[in-house]
Amino acid sequence: MAKSLAHEFFKGFWEEVPPFRLVLGLCPVLGVTTKIQFGIGMGLATTFVLVCSNILISMLRNLIPSKVRIACFIIIVATFVTVVELMMQAFTYGLFKQLGVFIPLIVVNCIVLGRAEAFASKNNVIMSTADGLGIGMGYTLALAALGSVRELLGAGTLTVWGDPILNLSSIFPGFQPFKFMIQAPGAFVGLGLLLCVMNMVGKK
Amino acid sequence: MREMIKMILVLTILSTVSGGLLAYVKVGTKDRIDNQVLQLVKGPAIRSILAGASNDPVADRFTLPDGENEIEFFVGKFDGQPKTVVFETFGKGYGGDVGLMVAVDVTQNQIYGVEVTTHSETAGLGARAKEDPAFAAQFKGQPLTKPIQVSGDGGSINALSGATITSRAVCDAATEATQVYDRLKPQIEDKLKSLP
Repeated sequence: MAKSLAHEFFKGFWEEVPPFRLVLGLCPVLGVTTKIQFGIGMGLATTFVLVCSNILISMLRNLIPSKVRIACFIIIVATFVTVVELMMQAFTYGLFKQLGVFIPLIVVNCIVLGRAEAFASKNNVIMSTADGLGIGMGYTLALAALGSVRELLGAGTLTVWGDPILNLSSIFPGFQPFKFMIQAPGAFVGLGLLLCVMNMVGKK
Repeated sequence: MREMIKMILVLTILSTVSGGLLAYVKVGTKDRIDNQVLQLVKGPAIRSILAGASNDPVADRFTLPDGENEIEFFVGKFDGQPKTVVFETFGKGYGGDVGLMVAVDVTQNQIYGVEVTTHSETAGLGARAKEDPAFAAQFKGQPLTKPIQVSGDGGSINALSGATITSRAVCDAATEATQVYDRLKPQIEDKLKSLP
C-alpha cells in the first residue's frame, strides 16, 4: 500500500511524533531538554543522522543481506554520528560541550535504527528521505517544545543562542523560577503533561 | 556458501568505506577543532593565569618535541620581557585525565600559576578543582625543584575535601610540568631569546 510523499513527511509532526506518539528515543528527551536551544541542537543533530542514514540504507537495501542487516545499519548510523560529532566540535564547540555524551549516544537512539529497519529498508530513496526529514523535524520540535516548557518554568526565560527572547519575570513581576522543572524529575513530569495535552487534543 | 561470502563482502566494503570517510572528515576538521579548543578552553585558561601580560600569549606560541610528544608552549610577556611559559600537562583523575595549564616563571624558577582545563571529575567534588580559585592559587610560587604534593603526602597543597584523587591528579600534573620544564629548559630559553 503506497502512501503519498506528503503523508510520509508530515506523519512525523503529529501522527507519529517520536517521543510523544511512539514514545521512543526518550533518553535525550529527558536528558538535554533543560534549555530550548539544547533541544533544538540535539534534534538537528539527530535529524542529520536520520536523513543521511535513511538515504544510504534505502539506496543499499537490495544489496544488504538480511541476516547481517542490523550490523550494516549500525555501521552506517555510527559513521554519520561520528561525522556529526566531529562537525559539531569544529563549528559549534560550546553546544557540543553542553550536549556532551548525548551526541555519541545517537548511535543507540532507537528512532534512528527504528526508521532504518521499519522504513528505509523497505522503501525507495525519495520516500525514505521524506520519512527521515519528517520524523527528524518532529523530534526536533518535540525536544524544543519540552525544552521551552522546562526552561520557561524552571528558569523563567527563553534563550536562543545567547539572546533572551522572553523573560517571564518582566511580564509577571514577582515570578519565582520553578527549579524543579530543570531537574531530572521535572523532565518526566513535563513529558507526561505534554503527552497528556497531546492525547486530549488528539482525542476524537 | 554464496550467501556467506556476500555477507562478509558487504560488511567489509561498508566498514572500509565508513573508515575512509571518517578518516577524511577527521583530517578535514582537525585544524578547526584544535583552533576551537585553543580559543574556548585553553585560551581563557591561559589568559586568566597570565592576567596583566603585555602580549597575547595565545598568539606567541611555539612547539618543542619532548620524547615522542610535541608540547605547545605559550609565552607570557610582562613589560615586554618574556617572563613565563605556559603549557598543558595531564594527571590521572577520578573520571579520566585532568588537564592542567601550568605557567612557569622562567626568571624565578617557580610556578607562576595553574588552571584546570579539561576534566571529567564529579560535579561538586572533584570539579571544584576548576571552579575554586583558592585551590589553584596554592600552586603559585611553588618551587620547581621538588615534587608538588598534597599535604597528606608530605607536600604543602591542601587537598579539596572529598576530592583527594582529583587533588592528587592536579599535583601530579603540576609535578609533571616541573619535570618537562627541567628536561626542555635549554630549548625553551633558546626559543625565548629568538622571540621578536
